[in-house]
Amino acid sequence: MKVLYFAWLRERIGESAEEISAEGLETVADLVAHLRARGPRYEAAFEAPEAVRVAVDQKVRDWDAPLKGAGEVAFFPPMTGG
Amino acid sequence: MAVRVQREDFDLGAEAAALEAGAGAVVTFTGIVRGGDVSAMTLEHYPGMTEAALAEIEAEARTRWQLSGATIIHRVGRLLPGERIMMVAAASAHRQAAFEAAEFLMDYLKTRAPFWKKEETGAGARWVDARETDESAARRWAAKG
Repeated sequence: MKVLYFAWLRERIGESAEEISAEGLETVADLVAHLRARGPRYEAAFEAPEAVRVAVDQKVRDWDAPLKGAGEVAFFPPMTGG
Repeated sequence: MAVRVQREDFDLGAEAAALEAGAGAVVTFTGIVRGGDVSAMTLEHYPGMTEAALAEIEAEARTRWQLSGATIIHRVGRLLPGERIMMVAAASAHRQAAFEAAEFLMDYLKTRAPFWKKEETGAGARWVDARETDESAARRWAAKG
C-alpha cells in the first residue's frame, strides 16, 4: 500500500511517500510499529503517537482501524488550516 | 457550490458578488497572514483528501442551513504577511443562516481539512500547533446537532 507523510512527519522521515507491504499488518497501529522498527528517522516521527493523526484512503481514522483493502495510508499532525 | 484549492490569489469581491443572485444575505470571511515575528508562511495540504474534505464540510453546512450558495477557497504554497490565505462565503435568504453557516464552515475547515502551516520567523521555521480552542469551536456545532 502507499504510505504518505505530511508536515513535520515528512520532514523527520525524509520521504513524502513510499510503498509498504501490508502483509502481516492488521491495523494502523501494526503499521506504525512496523515503521518505527525501520530506524531512527521513523522513531523520531512517531515518538509522540498522540500528536499524529492518520487517514486511511483519505478518511480520518483511529489507530485501531483495519488496513484490509486499504490502498493509501497517510500520517500527519493535527490540521492547522484556515 | 464551489470548493477550490489553489496557489494563486482570489478576488473576494467577485466571489461574493457571484453568490448574490437568489440570495438575501451573503457573509464572507477572509483569513490573512499576520505579520509580527512571522516573515512568511507556507501552507501544505493533502491533494485529493483536501478537496473531498472541503466538499464534505460544505455539504454538511447545506444540511444544516438553507443556503443558496457557498464558496470555500484555500491557498497553498508560500505566502507573505498581508496576503490572503483563504475565504469562505455563505449565501442565504436571511442573515442569520448566512452568518452561522460561514462560521461553521470556518470552524470545521480549521480542524477537518488537511492543511498544515509552517511559519518562518527570525528564530527559524516552525510548524504551527493545532489549538484546542479551534477544536472546541468545531465541537460546539456537534452539540447543536
